[in-house]
Amino acid sequence: MFRPRIIPVLLLRNQGLVKSIRFTHYQYIGDPINAVKIFNDLKADELVFLDILASRDGRTISLDFVSKVGEEANMPFSVGGGINSLQNIREIISAGAEKVVLNAAAAKNPDLIRQASETFGSSTIVVCMDVKKRFLGRNQVCISNATKFIDHSPIEYAQMVEEKGAGEIIVQSVDLDGTMKGYDIELIGRISENVTIPVIALGGAGGLNDLRNAYINGHANGLAAGSMFVYYGSRRGVLINYPDKAELKKIIQ
Amino acid sequence: MGNLIIVDYGMGNLNSVKHKLSKIGIESNISNHTSQLIRADKLILPGVGHFKKAVENLKSSGLWDTLYDAVIKNKTPILGICLGLQLMAKHSEEGDVDGFGWFDANVVRFNVKDKISHKVPHMGWNSIRLAKQSLLISDLPGNSEFYFVHSYHIQSNDPSEVLSFTEYEYEFPSAMEKGHIFGLQFHPEKSHDAGEQLLMNFAKL
Repeated sequence: MFRPRIIPVLLLRNQGLVKSIRFTHYQYIGDPINAVKIFNDLKADELVFLDILASRDGRTISLDFVSKVGEEANMPFSVGGGINSLQNIREIISAGAEKVVLNAAAAKNPDLIRQASETFGSSTIVVCMDVKKRFLGRNQVCISNATKFIDHSPIEYAQMVEEKGAGEIIVQSVDLDGTMKGYDIELIGRISENVTIPVIALGGAGGLNDLRNAYINGHANGLAAGSMFVYYGSRRGVLINYPDKAELKKIIQ
Repeated sequence: MGNLIIVDYGMGNLNSVKHKLSKIGIESNISNHTSQLIRADKLILPGVGHFKKAVENLKSSGLWDTLYDAVIKNKTPILGICLGLQLMAKHSEEGDVDGFGWFDANVVRFNVKDKISHKVPHMGWNSIRLAKQSLLISDLPGNSEFYFVHSYHIQSNDPSEVLSFTEYEYEFPSAMEKGHIFGLQFHPEKSHDAGEQLLMNFAKL
C-alpha cells in the first residue's frame, strides 16, 4: 500500500546540525553524519539537508558533505542550499544525492527549473517555497531567509513551479517553523488541491497527530519536520527520534 | 560472486548502488568500457532521467550494441533499476522512442483519476505483490516496502514476465524477470533491509 513519506529536514550551519524557531534562534543539535547513522537505524523514509548559510554566503552546499551522506544513507535524500546552476546540480547528483532542492534560485530564475528537469528528470528537482503571513494574515512567498517577498500568492507560485517541471514542492511555513504547534493545514490543502505533483508539508509539526492531519486534511504526500525529530519532551532535550511501524499506522489509518 | 559491473551511461546516481553493494560486502565496478562490460559476470543498469536521453546516450557511446552482445549473445545476467528496467521494454511514451525490447512490454505514463491522492510522480514507499516465484525476490522480511520514484511505468503484454505488481490507484508491474534478465521499478539501493536483500540475491544468482 502506498503511504505518505515521513521526512526529517536537517539544517546545516557551519558543518553542524542546527534547529531554528521561525528562521532564527538557532540551536546546535549535533554532527550531521552521526544523525544519518541514527536515521538509518530508525529506518527513516527519506532525509532533506538544507545548508541555510550557503545562499547568503554565495556558495553551494559542500560536495564533500554530500558524498559523505551518500556513503552513509540507506534511504533517499535531497540537498539544498545555494544551488543555482545546472553545473551545481550535476555535481550534487554525482556526489550521491537523489534530489536537489531549489529555493531562491527557483524564484529568481524559474527557467532553471525547466532546464534542470529536462536535463536530470523532473523527479530529481524539488522546489521549496517559504511562505510567510503578511498584512491581514495574507500568505506570501518569500526567499533569502524570509527577508524578501516575491510577487506571487502561494497557489500561483506552486502552479508556476509545476508548469516549469518541478517533481515536487516543499511548502514551508516560516511563521510556524520550530513552534511545534501544527502545520498550516489550510495552506497545504489548498496547494495540494491545485497541483498534480507531490506536496511536502513543512513547518510546525510537533507530534503524530500533526502528521496525520497534514496527510488526511492537507492531502500532503510528504510529512516533513525538523524539531519533532530532533527534540524530545517538553524541555526540548536533543534526541533524534522517528515514528516506529506502529506509530506510522496511526498516522495513515 | 564474480565480476559485477555497474553500467555508466551518464544517467544519474551510480555511486549509491556501488556504496550499497559495498556495505553488504559485494565488490563492484562502475564502467563504460566495452571490453569490461563484455567480460562481466553480472551487470547492473541503473538510471534516473529521461528515457529518450538515456537511449541517445547509450547509442552515441556504443554501449547500446555492447549491452546487446553481453545480454543477448553472452547471456550475462543483468538487473535494470528504475529507468534501467524501462529501457528493457519495447517502446516508451516518454520521448516516443524504442528500448531494447527484451521484455514484451511498453512504458506508459501514469494515468490516475484521483489526482489529489495519487500525485505523479509516484514518489515514496510502497509494497509489492509477488506474481511468481523467483530467486531475486526471496527471503524478504514480511510487509516489505520499497522506495519508488517514477512518472512512467511498465505495461506488460506477457504476464509470464511479470515478477511483482504494485498498486498506485491501479496495479502496474513493479518487477520483471525473464530468464537471466531482471528489472526493478523501485530502488533497492535506497530501500533499507529489503533492498539489501534483493541486491544480495542478485549477486548470489
